[in-house]
Amino acid sequence: MAVKTIANAQVQVTDDGYLEDMNQWNEDIAKEIAKELGIELTDKHFEVINYLREKTKAGEGLTIRKVGKSGVVDIKELYKLFPKGPLKFSSKIAGIPKPTSCI
Amino acid sequence: MENQEKKPLEKVCMICAKGSLEDVYATLVMANGAVMEGIETNVFFTFFGLDGITKKTMNHLHTATTGNPAMRMPGGLPFPTVLGGLPGVESAVSGMMRKQMEALDMPPVDEFLEMITAGGGTIYACKLAVDMFKLKKEDLSDEVSDIITIGQFYELCDGDRTQIIFT
Repeated sequence: MAVKTIANAQVQVTDDGYLEDMNQWNEDIAKEIAKELGIELTDKHFEVINYLREKTKAGEGLTIRKVGKSGVVDIKELYKLFPKGPLKFSSKIAGIPKPTSCI
Repeated sequence: MENQEKKPLEKVCMICAKGSLEDVYATLVMANGAVMEGIETNVFFTFFGLDGITKKTMNHLHTATTGNPAMRMPGGLPFPTVLGGLPGVESAVSGMMRKQMEALDMPPVDEFLEMITAGGGTIYACKLAVDMFKLKKEDLSDEVSDIITIGQFYELCDGDRTQIIFT
């Protein structure tokens, strides 16, 4: 665990850069993490991010299939929004833990 | 040795030659996982593995209830081979297994194939096996991009960060 300054805020992150505490998250932090990953966030990105955060708060595990069936995005769109890391990158930007599911 | 450069996997090429539930799913889980990690993914279905991409069979795959020493009864007792051979048992057990997989958010085969191609993975059928089983392109899932020879498949496996996985 390390402390990192993202968007002028001190946050605790894991070794691979995921926020330790999802409550330390804000939209500016999201934008900066996204930038590091080469992603420019749009409203659509935030819709996905908010969905991921809601589900995580509710204690539900996330899979790419579940996000694809959420009505927020389908799987193809999700790959377009977060290329090469539909669940990993979106989770990182959403400030939630690294996904633990294999699907 | 410090400063050793990491060389992440860039491409995986998978070959699925068996048609049981567990063999096909092993391939699909690994292929989908690779796509999700941003790894270029090619999957080649051959021989009995073709069942996993044939419209008629792909959502009704079975697991063997005879000759499968790892098969257990619910509760953990060994599954008697004699029982496994009775008509309908393999169907029922396979159905139960599919239900348990669904509970873990593992999709049916047709949907799994769609997930892989949605992420940019590519599915191929083996020409020799397709000819042998007298199948046509239209018998196969719409997610199958082409019927190709093993030579063509190897051509797709170029690159020094490529791995071939046989399941």
